Amino acid sequence: MWPGKGLHLVFKPLKIDWKAPDFKIKEGLDLQGGTHIVYSADLSKIEGDKKKEAMESLKKVIENRINAFGVSEPVIQTTKLGSEDRLVVELPGVKDVQEAMDLIGKTAELEFKEGVNDPTAMPEGFGLTGKELKKATQTFDQSTNQPNVSIEFTDEGAKKFEEATGRNVGKPIYIFLDGQILSYPTVNEKISGGKAVISGEFDIKEAKNLAIQLNAGALPVSVKIIEQRTVGATLGQEAIKKSLFAGIIGVILVMLFMALYYRLPGILADIALVLYTIFVLALFKIFGITVTLAGVAAFILSVGMAVDANVLIFERMKEELRKGKSLSGSVETGFKRAWTSIRDSNIASIITASVLFMFGSGIIRGFAVVLIVGVLVSMFTAVNVTKTLLRLVIKKKIFSKSWMYLGAGSEDER
Amino acid sequence: MNIMKYRKIWFGISLFIIIPGIISIVLWGLKLSIDFTGGSLIEISGSQDSAKVIEIVKNEGTEVASIQKTGGDSLIIRTKELPEDQHRKVKKKLEEELKVKETRFETVGPTVSKDITQKAFLLIGAASMLIVIFLAYSFRKVPKPVSSWQFGVTAVIALLHDVLVMLGVFSILGHFLNVEIDSMFVVAALTVIGFSVHDTIVVFDRIRENLIKRGSDDFEQLANDSVLETFSRSINTSFLTFLVLLSLYLLGGSTTQVFVLALLVGIATGTYSSIFNAAPMLVVWQNWKRKHKK
Repeated sequence: MWPGKGLHLVFKPLKIDWKAPDFKIKEGLDLQGGTHIVYSADLSKIEGDKKKEAMESLKKVIENRINAFGVSEPVIQTTKLGSEDRLVVELPGVKDVQEAMDLIGKTAELEFKEGVNDPTAMPEGFGLTGKELKKATQTFDQSTNQPNVSIEFTDEGAKKFEEATGRNVGKPIYIFLDGQILSYPTVNEKISGGKAVISGEFDIKEAKNLAIQLNAGALPVSVKIIEQRTVGATLGQEAIKKSLFAGIIGVILVMLFMALYYRLPGILADIALVLYTIFVLALFKIFGITVTLAGVAAFILSVGMAVDANVLIFERMKEELRKGKSLSGSVETGFKRAWTSIRDSNIASIITASVLFMFGSGIIRGFAVVLIVGVLVSMFTAVNVTKTLLRLVIKKKIFSKSWMYLGAGSEDER
Repeated sequence: MNIMKYRKIWFGISLFIIIPGIISIVLWGLKLSIDFTGGSLIEISGSQDSAKVIEIVKNEGTEVASIQKTGGDSLIIRTKELPEDQHRKVKKKLEEELKVKETRFETVGPTVSKDITQKAFLLIGAASMLIVIFLAYSFRKVPKPVSSWQFGVTAVIALLHDVLVMLGVFSILGHFLNVEIDSMFVVAALTVIGFSVHDTIVVFDRIRENLIKRGSDDFEQLANDSVLETFSRSINTSFLTFLVLLSLYLLGGSTTQVFVLALLVGIATGTYSSIFNAAPMLVVWQNWKRKHKK
């Protein structure tokens, strides 16, 4: 039981979960299992300029409800499509999803209650709810400049509020949202006219939050499911295991081919490819990119593009060697000449990926992000890393045998 | 080898693949998933008793639109859009009576499916347009008689060729093997577009280089040399990408199989079109321009 006296504000603290560093990449719902739901919000009863605020309140309420349920790392976003306002909710894991969904579907309930004589008993309602609340706004106290929250009731609400404040001078009025206590300001005097101010020791942010939550309880917004995707955890886990295994086999085959076909430069390209993989995974971790099944596919595809840059360079070097150029001359020309096609083809890939990112949604976006990161990193590793390594290596005597290079067919000493 | 000389054969091979695909699209259409049509999908594992499943779903007041066995002991059930409360009833019944587990549930409402469809067209259109513009810009230094726009336009014709081949093949696969086109197919198509242009640009880049070096007197010979010079690169890269995708197809499990298949088809046709369609088309265009100048 919470204490029944004193002006005291109760807020849910902003949760910041600090975790020890780990090297696990964030997995999307299709990989770890979970539910992705898209709601369409009915804002037809809300005036044009209040719509954005209403969506914010809606998001806030749903966030609170989901947090109360202990779903780990939920994602809640508002989006707009044409004239339709949407709320995207992602609930990882399968535990309690049904209950959480039931909660989301409910319209927020705001209720004002008064204490009873027995301080250990629950306060009782007196018929004043969110329906009677016109609006709540964050304002400032004119004399102290302290942030506070102004609330305004409808005529009917004003009457009930007047009676209740009259009965409870010096005592608190309790404000409940979804059955949870939000705030319980003490009544200073009987308030008539339907306008009141909740003041206390809060900063602007806290006052704003309270206003948003109060408004949410007064919201006539109903939501409807328009899209839902639930993946069982086993299916997702199986998919990632198999895809990763397949990807590793594929990459090993590619590396083998490069080493056998292009010999020493091929091995250097393989080193660059390993570095490439490490860089990309590190970037995923740093930017918190969520990897979905489509992302895994994009990553594997980007390996192909990374290798392509080296194939282009080596083929060009081979041509130059065949023309009788020296080894170091061929290396330099190979990189220089191959660069324009590497640059242009990668820009084209980035263009398509950007189109996907800008207009796509969900899985398509995830795919695009991975592809863009992959292409950008590969331009660096496949060109710069390989070039640096090759330049170093060709200076060494033991690495200057012509059979080590590309199998260009020319046997003269270079 | 003279690739340009036999260009009619190469165009013929393309038509030979595209025409049956188009006939299939006209006759049977495309088998679209709920992403495009709206509706619900339930995947269960533990039983493949289709008749019983249909009966259970029917008792809950919903018709089964299609039912399909998948690898192992799973069933995929498709229905019209199932509201959440009804879905729960169906799920409970299935779990009680057949001792199965629901491994996947998807439902897509009509507004969502409509904008996925619109977006698919928008994405492919926007990507193609941007590529034409980029190529026209990037090849602006090409010596006079050849215009840089020709490079952009032929590259896009080559990529539309690839998208057509993919659609045709999937229309045929859809009819005979129930393979569906979902939003991941759109992702695959866009990837192929990127890849195909990537390939075409490598060939065009060599044409550009040779044009600057040798001038455009014998464009046909020049284009042919450029294709041959980049030939082993094109084959190697495609082979390597194909290798990775093939291992993903064979070992990657059922969830990504259709997606990877679309990529495999697309990359094969993308490689073909960049070697055997894009450059020969450029030659045809250039010859036509010459004739009409005289």
